[in-house]
Amino acid sequence: MTELDSLYREVILDHYKNPRGHGIIDAPDVEAEGQNPLCGDEVSIAVAFDGDTIREVRFQGRGCAISQAATSMLMDMVKGRTAQEVAALSREDLLDEVGIPLTPVRLKCALLGLGVLKLALHKGKGTPLPDEWTGLEELELS
Amino acid sequence: MAVTAPRELDARSLRADFPIFEHPVHGKPLAYLDSASSSQKPRQVLDAMRDFYETSYANIHRGVYELAERSTDAYEGAREKVRAFVNAESEREIVFTRNVTEALNLVAYGWGLDNLGPGDLVVVTEMEHHSNFVPWQYIAERTGAGFAAIPVDERGELRLEELEAIAARGRVKVLACMLVSNSLGTINPLAPLVEWAHEQGAIVVVDAAQAVPHKPVDVQALGCDFLGFTGHKMCGPTGIGALWGRAELFEGMSPFELGGHMIRKVTVERTTWNEIPHKFEAGTAAIAEAVGLGAAIDYLGEAGPDAIERHERELTEYALGRLGEIPGLRVFGPPAERRVGIVSFDLEGVHPHDVAQIVDSEGVAVRAGHHCNQPLMTRLGLAATTRASFYLYTLPEEIDRLVDGLHKARKLFA
Repeated sequence: MTELDSLYREVILDHYKNPRGHGIIDAPDVEAEGQNPLCGDEVSIAVAFDGDTIREVRFQGRGCAISQAATSMLMDMVKGRTAQEVAALSREDLLDEVGIPLTPVRLKCALLGLGVLKLALHKGKGTPLPDEWTGLEELELS
Repeated sequence: MAVTAPRELDARSLRADFPIFEHPVHGKPLAYLDSASSSQKPRQVLDAMRDFYETSYANIHRGVYELAERSTDAYEGAREKVRAFVNAESEREIVFTRNVTEALNLVAYGWGLDNLGPGDLVVVTEMEHHSNFVPWQYIAERTGAGFAAIPVDERGELRLEELEAIAARGRVKVLACMLVSNSLGTINPLAPLVEWAHEQGAIVVVDAAQAVPHKPVDVQALGCDFLGFTGHKMCGPTGIGALWGRAELFEGMSPFELGGHMIRKVTVERTTWNEIPHKFEAGTAAIAEAVGLGAAIDYLGEAGPDAIERHERELTEYALGRLGEIPGLRVFGPPAERRVGIVSFDLEGVHPHDVAQIVDSEGVAVRAGHHCNQPLMTRLGLAATTRASFYLYTLPEEIDRLVDGLHKARKLFA
């Protein structure tokens, strides 16, 4: 398999073309958004809770295949889990799921959705954030 | 009387001057289509810098010893080359800077802070690179001046019919405009803009970073007041650029950076400034880089600025034709006769970053993003484009390889 085939493997393209958890929630408990100014990737995520559990989570966005597919995969991963569990997810947890080799620039594409979701959970449930993100209204990965 | 035929450019033999092309990418020959971002460097420039360091290097201007004199001659010799390159009247009108961004900041701070205030208007264009946009927006805000941008039409050309409405918004004091667009390759019609700006009593500050590498530029013929460019886009090294400005404006301006070399006399009570251009060159200069820029000017002179322009126009016409064959591909910007060798496009259904990554796997280097042109991207309704740009070493088969890569991207995302 060439480098390119492994990057744009079928599952990535499938998530890009048919994103899971895409769209809006009628009455979300919290919303957050973020950009990767380098590529112009944009992601916004809305969450509805049942107690601390993520009852519904949806995203909207535009950007490269890596950013949108990784966010789509993230939606599958987190629905039904608690805010605290998801806030504790490491970047490796998501990158394992994405499962493709990424250069530093493309890593930011892949991690945009996770950052935005953690910001939403912080706003909604006060879960911890990395120090450099505290006080942010919007996430900007640059 | 002998008539000389126009010089032709032999890109294939020029390529041998550029060592980078000896190094494959992903096991394939490099097709470097990102020269608008930064050009590759010929051996002649690299050798000139190495030779300078090995035989003539010392700090300049103050040394009394032989070596310092040689070094100073090399640096000031480079200044003379820059003067001739843009046809300035005097070397006093050439200031070395770090790049074009620093050149434009020098004017925004050095002229703008003293000459702008409430009721004044600074005019830029929507297609301006952030380097000739953000400094003016910032200085306008600091001085209380207004700020306006000449809009761009859907083909990526300035809407000059809006000038009258803009002039009604305040006393126009500055027009900051690029000669050539870095995103679209548009060659802007500077003559009517300069005429309009001078009628308003404004100075005209030109960003020529994308112009001087690709076509002859004559500051006296343009009639502008300041013009900046950078070395690394024209076969020179990074870390060196130049600002040309009218001597009488430079004379009246405050310094930008302060410290060593830019002074005449320093006492505890007060400091007076060195004569121009030294007033604007604080601290130890990028000496070897200036020498490298001089060598780049010689190199481009050998190739012939007219021949470079013709070569790139042929490539651009070829690229516009070949890209037009690809279904779902939209090219931005004006027709080939009104642009340099820069082609920005969108491939339907494939984000520019994915496009760039896929063609990279074929050894083709293109840029994807907003190209430091966010207001322009907003106007065109885009977040990003893919941009291919050409130079004197670009070959038509490299454009073919880009087109093959784009077909591959379409197939992958179909």
